[in-house]
Amino acid sequence: MTDTSLTGTAPRSETSTTGKVRASLGRRHRNEAIFRGLGLLAVLAALGFVAILFSTIISKGLPAFQQAKVNLEVYFDPDIIDVGPPPEPSAAQSPADYRAAELAWQRQLALLNWNSIVETAVREAAPEGFEIDTRQALSIVETSERHTLRERFVRAPGLLGQRVRLDLLASANVDNWLKGTIDRSLADSRQQLSAPARELADYFYANGIINMEFAWSIFTNVDSRAAPAAAGLAGAFMGSVYMMLIVIALAVPIGVASAIYLEEFAPKSRLTDLIEVNINNLAAVPSIVFGLLGAAVFINYFRLPLSAPIVGGLVLTLMTLPTIIIATRGALQGVPSSLRQAALGMGASRTQMVFHHVLPVTLPSILTATIIGVAQALGETAPLLLIGMNAFVAQIPSSPMDQATALPVQIFLWQGNENRNFFEARTSAAIMVLLGLMIVLNAIAVFLRSRLERRA
Amino acid sequence: MNTWIIAALLLVLLSLGYQMGWSKGRRLAVAGEGKLHSRPQYHGARVAIWTLVPAVIVLIAWSVFGDAISRAYIMSLLPADVASQTGPALATAIRRVRAIASGFGVAGELAPYEAEAGNALRQFNLIVLLVVIAAAAALGIAGLIYARSRISPRLRARNEVEIAIRILLLACSAIAILTTLGIVVSLLTEAVRFFTYVSPIDFFFGTVWNPAFSTTGNSAGGDYGLLPLLWGTIMVSGIAILVALPIGLLTAVYLNQYAPPRLRAVAKPIIEILAGIPTIVYGFFALVTVGPTLAAIGDTVGIDIRATSAATAGIVMGIMIIPFISSLSDDILSQVPRTMRDGSFGLGATKSETIIRVLVPAALPGIVGAFLLAVSRAIGETMIVVLAAGNSPVLRANPFEPISTVTVSIVNQLTGDSDFAGPQSLVAFALGLTLFVMTLILNVVALYIVRRYREQYE
Repeated sequence: MTDTSLTGTAPRSETSTTGKVRASLGRRHRNEAIFRGLGLLAVLAALGFVAILFSTIISKGLPAFQQAKVNLEVYFDPDIIDVGPPPEPSAAQSPADYRAAELAWQRQLALLNWNSIVETAVREAAPEGFEIDTRQALSIVETSERHTLRERFVRAPGLLGQRVRLDLLASANVDNWLKGTIDRSLADSRQQLSAPARELADYFYANGIINMEFAWSIFTNVDSRAAPAAAGLAGAFMGSVYMMLIVIALAVPIGVASAIYLEEFAPKSRLTDLIEVNINNLAAVPSIVFGLLGAAVFINYFRLPLSAPIVGGLVLTLMTLPTIIIATRGALQGVPSSLRQAALGMGASRTQMVFHHVLPVTLPSILTATIIGVAQALGETAPLLLIGMNAFVAQIPSSPMDQATALPVQIFLWQGNENRNFFEARTSAAIMVLLGLMIVLNAIAVFLRSRLERRA
Repeated sequence: MNTWIIAALLLVLLSLGYQMGWSKGRRLAVAGEGKLHSRPQYHGARVAIWTLVPAVIVLIAWSVFGDAISRAYIMSLLPADVASQTGPALATAIRRVRAIASGFGVAGELAPYEAEAGNALRQFNLIVLLVVIAAAAALGIAGLIYARSRISPRLRARNEVEIAIRILLLACSAIAILTTLGIVVSLLTEAVRFFTYVSPIDFFFGTVWNPAFSTTGNSAGGDYGLLPLLWGTIMVSGIAILVALPIGLLTAVYLNQYAPPRLRAVAKPIIEILAGIPTIVYGFFALVTVGPTLAAIGDTVGIDIRATSAATAGIVMGIMIIPFISSLSDDILSQVPRTMRDGSFGLGATKSETIIRVLVPAALPGIVGAFLLAVSRAIGETMIVVLAAGNSPVLRANPFEPISTVTVSIVNQLTGDSDFAGPQSLVAFALGLTLFVMTLILNVVALYIVRRYREQYE
């Protein structure tokens, strides 16, 4: 690239060498400037990638936090809801029989025509004499809302015959239409909403019956296939929380303990060398291989339940262990030997020296490594797919043995949803939640580190 | 409820053991019968260990064999015609008896034998629970009494406790070995099962990947040629390295040698953010932003670029790998001795000449190590490729066409499968084994090079 006289063969005379150097100096300085420019360009490119990544995600995701809600007066019409009162528990029944009776009552409720209640509410809010058929009227409100009404009634059977003003979720198509996510000039046949429904949506929006409100449903609802607008992250969030708890409860003590053993107690032997090489390799094994391990060992051999956070947590624990071990060993190596010698010199045993003197000093580093490892585990997707955590789960898992999914897997599921217009924003919003969690975790790590190190 | 009883039992045993050991040690110390070898706390901890370990062994044995015992008992309660059933019918019968015994009951009419069996099982469960708890408590207390009786001023309680701690630590570090062993054994056994359906030669040298899903599940329908997938993996990783290596290396050099400290302090952490972003986010980014952009560029230039292609996945993966190369190279450049740089400057070389002719050659082994680690990372990457590479396992050289990779096929073949009955799902393990061996070789070589390099300048 550069041809300088520096490496040239023995110069014939002083003057000719200096002359050559002088002559090439301009070119060399130009090359220097070019090289430097390339370096700066590379840095700017890398920074630019970060900027583009975050700005696309945020610009796509922010609108999803606003969601269209329809404010309607709902009449719990006794003519439609014509089931008896809910069963009461009695001493003569076994708990299983009472549960069966209760389920039968709820099943009866589920068979009622809740759609017509929703339809009536929409028609009452529409302007006088507005022509719209049943399907079109129902397409304004999200399909899940009839279940919401039913659940509301199950909780409070006293609503029968009353009129209540409720905020119902507008359907995903209405949301798209009002936000302009779908091209308004498209022909009728290519629109997701029928012409009267679009007109009615615009009328509602202009008259304050449909409002854009903060989409709490993203945080409080579980995933939903039939009702896109009602799909939320609550189930995936709880799944992730369970897995992180398992990772913290298992990976941290085991990782720190094995780092202590390897660094402080292990004799220098073939076996220790093997363990060390082994841990370094494990840290670089692709995460999907851990998923295969989980599928073969935890699910196929130990018969643990499919799609359960406990399996996910175990797989992620094994994946996070090397990170924590390596970081803890690094921290232990950084402790000055004078500290150890002082402790040993005062008559402490090796164990006392490690647990009373060395470990407390390394606490900040171990904590930081733990949080970074946990954040990494939080964002992992591939191994979870192999242990069935990509199943569709429509309830919040109540224990780590229940079926669940995780935040990154939820992102994977949502990006594949057919309702692209709507879910592109929802997915970006979910990514924002995930990245937000990771930023919070890392901020905690930085904060704790500075806090604890100042005291140490 | 059982869990709480057991937890309470263990807690009581623990505190009892500790308290007894501690107080006896303490009494000896106060009585002044000779100098105590260990402090009373160690005597307490030692007795607690002696108490807890036998009790825990009993409980573990129960958790392993308990289910089989209760099942055998239920079988003896069932009438012959029910007990001789197999499969789901038997499982339902057993579940019903258990539900009755648990007090929750079952919906519907009870068969006469069921009520009887339920009551018997309830009593049996109670007895077993009591026996187990009694056995655990008795063994624990026996351990306690034995350990306590041995307490004397000369007893080296601390050493015993420390040995227990050391065994615990050793067991923890054995888990890392067990994990590797688990990976190797599970991949190998399942891969061998796969090779009973498809010959290894067809797998490793086959050029067609078309695993037809047969409804019977057991016939080896379809073709399982690895080469198209391997080619896809190599192509995507190659594109990723083409993106990441120049940018990463130049970034490292610039930040290490040219950048003012303030720029370095800001830019380095920001670039390292790229390493912390979950790969699913990159995948989504590739799918909705990079792919369409590339396709649009292709339209204006006049090349047919598909939105999901090897290039899309490769470029985004390259962005992901930049910090791996830049951080590692940065560290390695910092380790090159100052004297070498100063020597070069002293001879009149410009900064770029010093970097290209002195620093980089000196740091080359380390940089190669970083490069290999980045390659192994790219080979094992899954989510970006699943979303953005188009999943089309065909051998072709055009990077603007969709391809498929080893990792993508693992996900496609295994997602949601619980029993590995046929080659359709078992092939995932053969693919995983290939992937594992490839990354293992890369990692070992890379770690070896990096380590050698470190030693060279230490």
